[in-house]
Amino acid sequence: MEAIKVESLTRKFNGLVAVDAISFSVEQGEVFGFLGPNGAGKTTTINMLCTLLKPTSGVARVGCCDITKEPNKVRREIGIIFQDPSLDDRLTADDNLRFHGYLYHMNKDVIERRIPEVLELVELSERRKEIVKRFSGGMKRRLEIARGLMHCPKILFLDEPTIGLDPQTRAHIWDYVLKMRKESGLTIFMTTHYMQEAEVCDRIAIIDHGKIVALDTPAKLKETNGESTLEAVFLKLTGRQIRQQAGESAWTQWMRRP
Amino acid sequence: MEDLGAVFILWLRDLKRYWYDKPRIVASLGQPLLFLFVLGSALSPSFQGPKGVSFTEFIFPGILCMTILFTSVFSGMSIVWDREFGFLKEVMVAPVSRWAISIGKAFGGASVAFLQGMIMLSLSVLVGVRFSLPVLLTSLFVMYLIAFAMSALGIMIAARIKEMEGFQVIVNFLIMPIFFLSGALFPLDHLPAWLTFMTRIDPLTYGVDLLRGTMLNVHSFPLTLDFLVISFFAVVMLAIAVIEFNLLD
Repeated sequence: MEAIKVESLTRKFNGLVAVDAISFSVEQGEVFGFLGPNGAGKTTTINMLCTLLKPTSGVARVGCCDITKEPNKVRREIGIIFQDPSLDDRLTADDNLRFHGYLYHMNKDVIERRIPEVLELVELSERRKEIVKRFSGGMKRRLEIARGLMHCPKILFLDEPTIGLDPQTRAHIWDYVLKMRKESGLTIFMTTHYMQEAEVCDRIAIIDHGKIVALDTPAKLKETNGESTLEAVFLKLTGRQIRQQAGESAWTQWMRRP
Repeated sequence: MEDLGAVFILWLRDLKRYWYDKPRIVASLGQPLLFLFVLGSALSPSFQGPKGVSFTEFIFPGILCMTILFTSVFSGMSIVWDREFGFLKEVMVAPVSRWAISIGKAFGGASVAFLQGMIMLSLSVLVGVRFSLPVLLTSLFVMYLIAFAMSALGIMIAARIKEMEGFQVIVNFLIMPIFFLSGALFPLDHLPAWLTFMTRIDPLTYGVDLLRGTMLNVHSFPLTLDFLVISFFAVVMLAIAVIEFNLLD
């Protein structure tokens, strides 16, 4: 069964086409990678699928329902870790999770049971009563992941979940996410700039200038393009030109790494 | 009706943020106290108040309204911060009706401003104002009503401005005039015609008049009129805020 089905999804901003009639589907329990250079349309696509942005045209079903016709039903079934921080850092970790539970109409008892569970998962149990402002970047990210999983979503969206984190934290984050997938059959839709991370995906779509230029398993992508690494495939398909977009520095730094 | 849970938690969030930030509670008392004691003492000798009310007593309800105005409008406008720091996305992506977000926020801002007003009110002892219990309870009700109206105003503004830069403009050209024209610091009678007109179109004028009428039995308009104007303003502001939230992308 399909967890996500997208047909000719398009979004324009003042005449500029950010996402150009893309179509794809994601199976239930699949880890689906969405790769592309900065400004290719990844976040715009995620925002549409999460009902934060209305498509200019096209249709998409996420979980049970159509994203424009029944956004509230879609919202119940998804969890999302945004690219930018989205915690209330003046509240405690506990408060942030409880807030989330109420917003998702969770029962009070279920909330109190889930909070220690998800905190345990991301190893933040001891920081439960601490104000989030005092957390490090990695801890904040882990808390966001705990929060995204709090209401047991069926589909999890991860928009560059590991950006700016050290390799230890990145490895941990993937451990949690893949554990969740194994235990509960979670469907994962993720974007990343780290090609090693993309290797864990069942299938990968490469998007550039708002269009999907390739969609296959990592092994097949390497095979058909005659390259030995995903990174080489990515550069072959999207070119070496640096994109004029805010946030490109992180990418160029990563490219120049020794 | 499950959206009531969301209203509750948005309200609780504002109260918790207020409670955790104790230095701010103390800091935001500084300005009203300065007005009350410095301005009050300085102008008292030259003030010919109605019914033997001293100037400090006269401005006390006005200073209460000032505390409430600033706290509630800023609480409502904290949505701009939430947008800037990304937290608004967490709320907008949740399966919650948009009306619940603006209403929860309106109660949150109103409650925080009400608490801040209560702290100021407890200082009434220092000013020498004494209330009977019915007067005290009516005053508290009036304070919450004003707080709610102004918090809804803050939300309405926040739904319109997208960046923090707009904040200072709003404060200088809307909030400060609302305060200064409200009659919080001067009697509304015998003003020049233009100023009379300006004070009459300021919604807070009716709030100040209602609170002053309740506390000191000194007022310029019938209290029923005051009550109706401020309630009407609250309902209209909240309605606009709800509609604007529904339109947010």
